[in-house]
Amino acid sequence: MALLEIRNVTRRFGSLVAVDRVSLAIEAGEFFTLLGPSGCGKTTLLRMIAGFDEPDEGELFLDGKPLAGIAPEKRPVHTVFQSYALFPHMTVAGNIAFPLEMAGRPREEIERRVRETLSLVHLEEKGEAYPHELSGGQKQRVALARGLVNKPRLLLLDEPLGALDAKLRVEMQVELINLQRDVGVTFVFVTHAQQEALALSHRIAVMSQGRVEQLDTPDRLYTAPASRFVADFIGKINLIEAEVAGNAHGHLMLRSAMGDLAADLPPDARPGARGALALRPELVRVAERLETLELRNRFAGHVKDLLYEGDVTLYTVEVEGGFVIEALLANASPGRARLFKVGDAVAVGWRHDAGVFIRG
Amino acid sequence: MKPRSQWLLWAASLAVYGFLYVPLAVVVIFSFNDSTLNAEWVGFTLSWYRKLMTDGEMLRAAGNSVAIALLSSSVATVLGAMAGIAMHRYRFPWLPLLVLTPVAMPEILLGVSLLLFFRQVLDLTLGFFSILVAHITFSIGFVAVIVRARLAGMDEGIFEAARDLGATPWMTFRRVTLPLILPALVAGFLMSFTLSIDDFVITFFVAGVGVTTLPLQIYSMIKVAVTPEVNAVSTLLMALTLTLVIVATRVAPDIVRRGR
Amino acid sequence: MRGCSSVDERREEREVGGAGGWTRWIVTGPPVAFLLAFFLVPALIVVAASFREPGEFGGLVPLAAGFANALSLEAYRFLLGDLVYAEIFAISFLVALATTVICIAAAYPLAWLIARSPRRRRDLLVLLVILPFASNFLVRIYAWIMLLGPANLLYTPFAVIVGMVYVHLPFMVLPLYTNLEKHDPALLEAAQDLGANAWTRFWRVTFPLSLPGIYSGSALVFIPVLGMFAVPELLGGTGDILIGNLIKEQFLDNRDWPLGSALSIGLTIAVLAFAALAAAGARRGLKGTEAVS
Repeated sequence: MALLEIRNVTRRFGSLVAVDRVSLAIEAGEFFTLLGPSGCGKTTLLRMIAGFDEPDEGELFLDGKPLAGIAPEKRPVHTVFQSYALFPHMTVAGNIAFPLEMAGRPREEIERRVRETLSLVHLEEKGEAYPHELSGGQKQRVALARGLVNKPRLLLLDEPLGALDAKLRVEMQVELINLQRDVGVTFVFVTHAQQEALALSHRIAVMSQGRVEQLDTPDRLYTAPASRFVADFIGKINLIEAEVAGNAHGHLMLRSAMGDLAADLPPDARPGARGALALRPELVRVAERLETLELRNRFAGHVKDLLYEGDVTLYTVEVEGGFVIEALLANASPGRARLFKVGDAVAVGWRHDAGVFIRG
Repeated sequence: MKPRSQWLLWAASLAVYGFLYVPLAVVVIFSFNDSTLNAEWVGFTLSWYRKLMTDGEMLRAAGNSVAIALLSSSVATVLGAMAGIAMHRYRFPWLPLLVLTPVAMPEILLGVSLLLFFRQVLDLTLGFFSILVAHITFSIGFVAVIVRARLAGMDEGIFEAARDLGATPWMTFRRVTLPLILPALVAGFLMSFTLSIDDFVITFFVAGVGVTTLPLQIYSMIKVAVTPEVNAVSTLLMALTLTLVIVATRVAPDIVRRGR
Repeated sequence: MRGCSSVDERREEREVGGAGGWTRWIVTGPPVAFLLAFFLVPALIVVAASFREPGEFGGLVPLAAGFANALSLEAYRFLLGDLVYAEIFAISFLVALATTVICIAAAYPLAWLIARSPRRRRDLLVLLVILPFASNFLVRIYAWIMLLGPANLLYTPFAVIVGMVYVHLPFMVLPLYTNLEKHDPALLEAAQDLGANAWTRFWRVTFPLSLPGIYSGSALVFIPVLGMFAVPELLGGTGDILIGNLIKEQFLDNRDWPLGSALSIGLTIAVLAFAALAAAGARRGLKGTEAVS
């Protein structure tokens, strides 16, 4: 039995459908992420799990028991708020002790568990400090400690890294992974940052306009996006409009305005089906001459733009007919004679199994 | 800014400060003047204060003022806090109108409408109760504004966080909301107390003949004549409000700082 | 960096967890009930009273006499029939206007000085503005009786204006200071950099940006002055009668409550008109400020 089961949940605000018939199950011990752009319904879903909102239709079950009508304080679910929401009039220790006090734990147990939890988040020295005396990263840890201290069944994290600067974010990501593994509490993490979701999660539900677009492991989401939205939202991608033409040379052929393309197709794709070939830029190869690319899919063109990012460079290559292919090349590749310049005549190509055909 | 215009600004400002303080200083100085006429300085005396202490009417009025101020500010602090929380949290569009209009309109209007209400509708003998009710009515808005301002500066998330971590609505109020608005409550209480003990206009209309307050007593005295006894009571009243202001600015910030 | 939950979403969210609708009524109910009983109902009674006739011994014809036969426009007919009342309203307006203008002129340098002072000194300077305000209203008027009496200026229109300004000045300084404090000093530097002299900088930058402060300060001064009766009564002569005195007279001396109520409604309308004007001005000014900052 799943730890949390969301069954056909809908939530409307006036005419806006914030969450639209969402069903998903979260297993105990998972690091589960709800990923999507602003307004996709992920926070509304989170608030319904926490008990701050109730669905219009559908049901939520925790450990098989329905959550409807149970007040937030009665749910074994805690939230790490985006703003941290630390009580400003209590010390760090006071904040962490709060849920234990509300649960009516004895004083010695509270003191012991507060101490343990403080050391879990490496804040042993800060117990007597007030929230306004802490840095952003430290506040973050206190919020985590407060949410974890009485071992909830579920810890909900609402964009908890949003307020941190880039470097601190990465550090906290590593800590979050370790923390979740150490305490064994199920995490439901909400974010709009796809990199963060990919780095942290066991499974991700990508949401758009209130619906779950795809629920999968991070690598499956990245390599086999099920929809244009997912393909486009996660990472950089080339989307080439195409139609299934048929079988040739052991793999399937796509017809596109650029020309025929060889690809691995989903087994149920029938000739005539329309869609797009999704192709990650790092799987596109770039060469000076067409002949050096021994690939079925290859096109001559020239470098239209390039974006140098230090370790990698993103080339935008315009091929015949005005089509544009993005290619990401590592600058440290051995044997690379030189970086291409804007205007250079080049050729691009990719293996037949590099792209994924997305129908629709 | 150039030194010349800086100098001008200071001169103008000092003149305004002078305008604010000289009259009050004169009142205080002449309260110690050994002469029945407030005309020229004769010599130092405390006799006006001594006279004040034996003036039964004045003492009764002072007693009434303090009793009404304590009671009305206590009630107004509770009701005003509720109104402030309600304005902040529930956003009924009509609520600020109801709560803030009594503060914004000329006092005389509240005075006459309460006079009409008490005499004509309730057929009440004016006195302690009518004054008390009037003072509560105009104090609620001030407390509400202070409490709302305090809440507006706060992260809304902490109230949800408390619920999320297992606190019932009542526990959330006791452990989170109340401690956080405490400085506003102290400030609101002190403000209501000062307003009540100082109020003349509204009290004037709803006091009737039986009960008098300090401002009413001062009014009846200065209508008749200028006597140093008025200077003495004014000075004492100033000392009291000054103390309250100092308490408000010294004590309240300490609580505020803790609450940040 | 906010997630899906927009502010609107939150506002619409329902109360949950059994705390249902009743908490909000427990919190809202008592103050609302109190204010309905002792503010709104009395205010409506003033309206009703203005349409009735005076009772035999002052007050009103008892309400029990029924509405239909006791409804009367007498008070309004009387009010509009005599030019004296219109004149007193006009004089009150002029006094309020003069007080407001003098307050602006006196408050501006002070507010500016405070706003440009170092932060540590600012609080002290603001406190110095508030302190005299903390002394009793009558004490402040009494101070001027003491000062103006020997100078033979007591019981004159001049004394009335001085008293009005003295009592209301802090109401102008504080909103003006709050506004001026928020001005970005870079704006004046930019104006200077672009060739404006001190005079132009003040009139083209500082003053227009301070209009919202002036508007709210004006509302805080103008409205109470319009209804003031104690200052003219204690500092003014027999001729210095304003709306406030007139109302007080009808309620406490003549016992013509319907006329007093009609006058109160006249005052209320004047106040509302001015408040609406000031609010509209402040809003317009505010939009300008947003465009700049």
